[in-house]
Amino acid sequence: MAFVLILFPLAMAGLALSIPSNRWRPVLLPMAAAVHAAGTVAVLMRPEWGSTFAWLVLDPVGKVILLTVSVLYFFSSFYAVGYLKYREERSNRFFTACLLAFLGLISLAIWSHDLGLMWVAIEGTTLVTAPLIYFNRSQRSIEATWKYLLVGSVGIALALLGTFFLAYSSLQGGFGATLGFEDLLRNAPGLSKTWLRASFILFLVGYGTKMGLAPMHTWKPDAYGEAPGVVGAIFAGGVTSGAFLALLRIFQICDAAGENPFASRLLVFMGLFTMTVAGVFMASQRDFKRMLAYSSIEHMGILTLGLGIGAPALFGTMLHVLTNGMTKGVLFLSAGNIHRAYASKSIDQVQGALRRVPLSGALFLAGFFAITGSPPFGPFISEFSILNGVFTAGHFAAGALFLVLLLVVFMGMGITVLKVVQGRVPLDVEGSDYHESFLTAAPVLAFMAIVVLLGLYIPAPLQTLLDDAVKFLGNRS
Amino acid sequence: MNDVLNALFVLILTLNLFALGNGRILSVIRIVAAQGVLLGILPLLMHEHLTFPEVLSSAAAISLKGIVIPGIMAKALRDAQMKREVEPLVGLLPSTIIGALVTALAFLVFSRVDPASRSDASLIIPTSITTVLAGFILLTTRFKALSQVLGYLVLENGIYIFSLLLVEAIPLVVEMGILLDLLVSVFIVSIITNHINRAFSSLDTRRLASLKE
Repeated sequence: MAFVLILFPLAMAGLALSIPSNRWRPVLLPMAAAVHAAGTVAVLMRPEWGSTFAWLVLDPVGKVILLTVSVLYFFSSFYAVGYLKYREERSNRFFTACLLAFLGLISLAIWSHDLGLMWVAIEGTTLVTAPLIYFNRSQRSIEATWKYLLVGSVGIALALLGTFFLAYSSLQGGFGATLGFEDLLRNAPGLSKTWLRASFILFLVGYGTKMGLAPMHTWKPDAYGEAPGVVGAIFAGGVTSGAFLALLRIFQICDAAGENPFASRLLVFMGLFTMTVAGVFMASQRDFKRMLAYSSIEHMGILTLGLGIGAPALFGTMLHVLTNGMTKGVLFLSAGNIHRAYASKSIDQVQGALRRVPLSGALFLAGFFAITGSPPFGPFISEFSILNGVFTAGHFAAGALFLVLLLVVFMGMGITVLKVVQGRVPLDVEGSDYHESFLTAAPVLAFMAIVVLLGLYIPAPLQTLLDDAVKFLGNRS
Repeated sequence: MNDVLNALFVLILTLNLFALGNGRILSVIRIVAAQGVLLGILPLLMHEHLTFPEVLSSAAAISLKGIVIPGIMAKALRDAQMKREVEPLVGLLPSTIIGALVTALAFLVFSRVDPASRSDASLIIPTSITTVLAGFILLTTRFKALSQVLGYLVLENGIYIFSLLLVEAIPLVVEMGILLDLLVSVFIVSIITNHINRAFSSLDTRRLASLKE
């Protein structure tokens, strides 16, 4: 099954390069996504398909990430077809191929139980997503792509050094150098502490860059602001989840090695610092796509905080990976529609979205309430669960700061979002001929439905999946 | 054998300083290429019995780091029609001195860390860390896009040196994957620099400043 999920999208990417028709090429996206989603469901129902090799294993944590990425990609792929219809004059050859290759590489990252292979896959996702940011071929998008490539490559290079440090800590511990996740986990108590700590810091900085943890987040507003909305959704829910998985891996090894206090302190600090930075920059944001980037940064901070708190907050953290991914689908895709209707991202021009594009405007507003943790949406459950965990673990100061930051973000984001959806449509944009189409509206509705569902009720299989992941992360399975 | 290895490490360290002190981008490309070739030779000297995968990965490293990637860079440079780095943030001489200080510091710190189980490894860790830091200095103090890419390549070389300690831990698939990623990234970057040059009529990254808060 691993080969289907990894190689099929890659093969489709190759096919996309060779199809001459600009109109039909994007159809490969939903095809690959459907096969991927079917394969994901199959492998979740039949765990015995989950281990192919020693270094390609789908563990419980990987399952949660795989589910998130697969669902997000599935609905986004239909949106992408609709989006590319509006851009028919531009060749989508590389856009389609890179988007398909991304799906294969992120699946490889999720399955790999060799941390070196995982690095190769995540670096691969960095490379194939760079041309996606550059799709609009403007000066601004070149600038965003350049910053993304440079900052991302350096960050991910540090993660490679961290990976090597980890192997070296095993060598120093007398086990022989290895990058196999199971070996490292088993030998964790004997790993050289100094090198393990150094490795953890490099993992945090390196993969943290990819997630967008402050202060390595600088590429993110630029990239999310200039990339098409659908790419933003894939980044905010897919690329970041893959990088977070790498942090989960090293955290689990540190936990098994008895280095939990060291790792936790750093993670809690990074999480709160990231949330603070996001809150500050969100407050005065006039560009609503950049605002969404800061929202993504904030939620990476929440995930990092939840991981740092450990056992009491892990359930909420794993659930938040899923709810954040789905809500980001709602926000970025509806923001893409609004952007197209107004041909602007600035709240000086974009006003009255509820009148101009009623469905996207309403979904954007609902997505805002969802992502800021209002009931009855999914992120409310996960954020509440993390908050509960923070207090249970006795981190009262962190919990209080978390609450204050949630409030700050709610207000900062609210000002921008309300300006976008309310008011009158400025006269000069009322004539723009964009109308919502089925393909660009239905996927957003689907994400919204999932977000509401997760807020009201967590299905039993998902509950089991999350419980297993928490047990696995706590080295209790 | 150890003497030859040590001589190579010293050569690599010297090349770092040359890269830091040279203002002609083409010369820096050649320096980085020479460093790449040396890196590819290292694993051949470290093992008494060479196996096929080791020779293969060495050959791949030499051809990529020494020939293909510098070739791509040199072509990007020709397309951009420019020769010199503009006045860097930190001058050429000061950055060379900083590089030398960093080298001394790295050796001082890592001579205290307990040496590895292998005798030939004593120079690997400090050389690796120094090269990574030299790459960082290049990356952060130069303004031309291509110079920054060269800094990234030096940084990557430093990480590659560290991997020499871990030959048995890194499967051939992973090693090839790392090299492939490097090649693709340089390829994509050379395309992007070409577009930057066309859109901004310059490779000065200070012009990339329209996106900010």
